[in-house]
Order: sequence, then C-alpha cells, then structure tokens
Amino acid sequence: MPSFASSAGVQNNSTEGNTTNPSRESCFGLLKQSIAVHNDLEATTKQSGQQPLASVGVTASASKVESLGQQPHLLFLSSQFENWGDSTMADASPRTDTSTDLDIDEKNQMLEQGQLAVTGASDSSDRSKDKRLDQKTLRRLAQNREAARKSRLRKKAYVQQLESSRLKLTQLEQELQRARQQGIFISGSADQSHAVGGNGALAFDVEYARWLEEHNRQVNELRAAVNAHASENDLRSIVDGVLSHYEEIFRLKGIAAKADVFHILSGMWKTPAERCFLWLGGFRSSELLKLLANQLEPLTEQQLMGICNLQQSSQQAEDALSQGMEALQQSLAETLAGSLGPSGSSGNVANYMGQMAMAMGKLGTLENFLRQADNLRQQTLQQMHRILTTRQSARALLAIHDYLSRLRALSSLWLARPRE
Amino acid sequence: MDRVLRLSSQKAVVIFSVSSCCMCHTVKRLFMELGVDAAVHELDQDPKGRDMERALAKMLDRTPTVPAVFIGGNLVGSTDKVMSLHLGGKLVPLLRDAGALWL
Repeated sequence: MPSFASSAGVQNNSTEGNTTNPSRESCFGLLKQSIAVHNDLEATTKQSGQQPLASVGVTASASKVESLGQQPHLLFLSSQFENWGDSTMADASPRTDTSTDLDIDEKNQMLEQGQLAVTGASDSSDRSKDKRLDQKTLRRLAQNREAARKSRLRKKAYVQQLESSRLKLTQLEQELQRARQQGIFISGSADQSHAVGGNGALAFDVEYARWLEEHNRQVNELRAAVNAHASENDLRSIVDGVLSHYEEIFRLKGIAAKADVFHILSGMWKTPAERCFLWLGGFRSSELLKLLANQLEPLTEQQLMGICNLQQSSQQAEDALSQGMEALQQSLAETLAGSLGPSGSSGNVANYMGQMAMAMGKLGTLENFLRQADNLRQQTLQQMHRILTTRQSARALLAIHDYLSRLRALSSLWLARPRE
Repeated sequence: MDRVLRLSSQKAVVIFSVSSCCMCHTVKRLFMELGVDAAVHELDQDPKGRDMERALAKMLDRTPTVPAVFIGGNLVGSTDKVMSLHLGGKLVPLLRDAGALWL
C-alpha cells in the first residue's frame, strides 16, 4: 500500500510518523487526492521511464486545487516541490527527482520485485552475471533510499521554518495591535501633554492619521458650504475651524518632537511624495503661497501686494532657517571630526567625551529649529487669512488641501505601479 | 545691564549672540538678507559676557537668551518674535523707522 506523502508534513504513513495538523486537513486532503492521481500516473509510466509526467502530475495537482481556491498557498508549495530534487541521483532528471517519497518507495519496491524475479529465474543461469545485477540493483536501491531520506529531512526543515515564521508573524501582529491600542488610549487624554510625549513616534503617527481624517472631513464640509454659497457667518465659522485644527497638528508635532525630534524631521509620518518636498519637518509655506496666487483671482491691488509680500517674507524666513540648519550640520561635523585622531592617550579620551557632549548639545537645538519652522507655517496661514476675505480664505484652504491630497495620491499610485 | 543698554542703542539693529549658536546664525542671516547692517555682540567672546547674559535673561524672561534683538534701542525679542513681525509685514517698517533701511 503506497504511503502518502504530503507537503508541510501533514499525513505521512511512512515510518517518519509526522503528526497531522487538523487546521490544514481540508487543504491537504485535496493535495493528498491530487498526489494519489499523480502517483497512479507515475506507476503506469515507470517502466517506460517517462519523466515529464512527474512535472505534469505536480502541476496538474496544483491546477486542480487552484480551481478550488487554494491557489496562493499551494502554488507556492508546488514550486517548492520542484526544488526538492536530489541532483546526486544516478538517473538525474530533475523532474523525476521531484517525485515524492511515495514514488521513491514505490520505485524501490518495483526494483526489489524486479530483482526477486531476476534472482528467481537466474538459478539455472550464470551466477556472476546475477551477482553484478544484484550489486547494481542494490546500489540503486541504496541511492534511492538515500535520496528519499534527504528529501524527507529537507521537507521537515522547511516545514519547521514555516511554522516558526507563522508564529513570529502572529506575535508581531499582536504586538502591533497592542501598541496601536496603547497609542490610541493615550492620545485620547490629549490634555496631558506628558503622557502623549512618552510614546513618541508611534503615538504621533496614530494621532496624525486621526488628525488627517478629521481635516478631510472639515474640508469636505467647507467645500459643500462654498458650493452652496453659504452665508458669510457660516463660512467664517468653518474656516476658523479648519485653521484652529491646523494649530492642533502643530501643537501635536511640538509635543512629539520633544520625544523624538528625528522622527518628525524625517517625515516618515508623511507619504513618500510629500516627504520629497519636505522642508524642516513639514510643508514649505512660500510654495503654498505661490500655488495660491493663481487660484485666488480676483484680488484687489492691496491683497495682491499683501500675498506677494507674505510670500517673500516667508521665503526669506525659510532661507534664514535653512542657513541655520546648515550651520548646525557644519558645526556638528566639525565637532565629530575634531574627536578623530590618534587614539590611546587618556587626554584624547577626555577630549572625545567632551566633544560628544558638545555634539549632544548641538543636536538639542534641532527641536528649536523644528519649532521655528512650524511657527512659520502657522503664521503664514494666519496672515493669509488676515489678508483675504472669508470666501477667498475658504478657496485658499480648499486649494491647499487639494494640492496636498494629490501629492498623497501620487504616492499611492507610485507605490502601486507595476514593476518589471 | 548698563553695558547691554549702552550697546543696544549704539546702532539701529543690535543682536546679542553666541558664536556657536545656530539659531543666532539664522537671525543674523535674515537681517543680512534684508540688507540690514546689524551690530553683533558675541557674548562668549566678551569679557563681561556672563553678566550681559544675566541681564538679558531678566529682560527676556526666557531661555535661551540668545539671539536677542534690539531695534532702535528697544528690545524686540528672540527668533520667533522677529519671524512673526516679518511675516506680519511689520519688521521692515520698524527697520525703516529706526533708520536701518533706506528704501
């Protein structure tokens, strides 16, 4: 009776004694059936030594199970089958070698049967010839057994790898879930700034996601109001809401920067395309104002001048801050380079420590730069609102939102693009 | 304190700074960009620097005390104050009034 071989060590009637995993029964029940089909094919074509059918059998089984919706898992496994061949086998077609334990055992049985038949008939014929046949057959049997053994060991190792990876994955998922819940819980009590600060990057990412959701909702409300030609008062209250919501994110960024300034500066909490245009941890005010110049016509002479001046001022402020950052980088580089040199003397060690301490101090000013940059962004929005009418401010905010969300959409498209 | 007050009215724009401070560098660059020739006093290079810093701390009531900007002899404030004034379009008129700009 043929022993069933299966993937992932489910049901194996050989002396290996692998345990059955009930959760995979249904999936592998199907695989078992397909392997049975495969081996029938193998058995009938064994004598003629047709090899390709081995591969046909495997792919046939794969496609059979495919149609039953088990596709990704089993296709992967069937491709694994193809790689388990033992290339040291004497008649080494890789296809034949991908046959399962079952086939090798069957082969051995048939060889043995064949050998018995030969031995039976050879009593009356040349003894030495029989001996050679025996040796050949014996050697072949041994090789087959060896190959089968190795194949089983490989399968076992692979299965164990799969199992441990799966376990790890579940653990990670649980950790992530827990961390998320923790982050959400803490940001719920947002008044206590200390609590939020403690969790740094992850908590901020969660808060930002929530902030963005609320922001989008508010902007939709604003858009509806603009399209419906809402009253001045209604529009103003919505615009004020959007602006104070902007203040909220600057506040959150400030708190998060105390915990993890590098995370904010890195822009990892933004989408890739936004990150490309990142300036000191956020958007560049002067760029947004440039964008608005076209969107906001008609503007009065005074308004136009106001917006232009605002753009120029923010540009100058941005440049000054950029220069400051560069000076910081330079200073940091010099400090670190200064601690290089011939090692060994105790003086140099003290030097090193001193310079590291200095470098640490310089890094501390990063938070200050980030704060100034956010301050700049906030002020720009407020000044813009001051210069424009309510309706114009509304359209400006819509334009800014649309531009930034296109940038975000671009990121998604880019990440999902088909690659060669 | 006296020294601070004396120095701060010596020129239209006076900046008290520390040579290693990069935020001070930022403010200096901003005024340079605006075409202002400011008087810069590096506290770490002044023998009375520590006293001056104490005096400034009292006036500003914040840390860090530098950069501290005086325009027309009056204390304006630090980086954020200067930035706010500039974005509000108020810095340039202030500079003009103090005679730091002629356009």
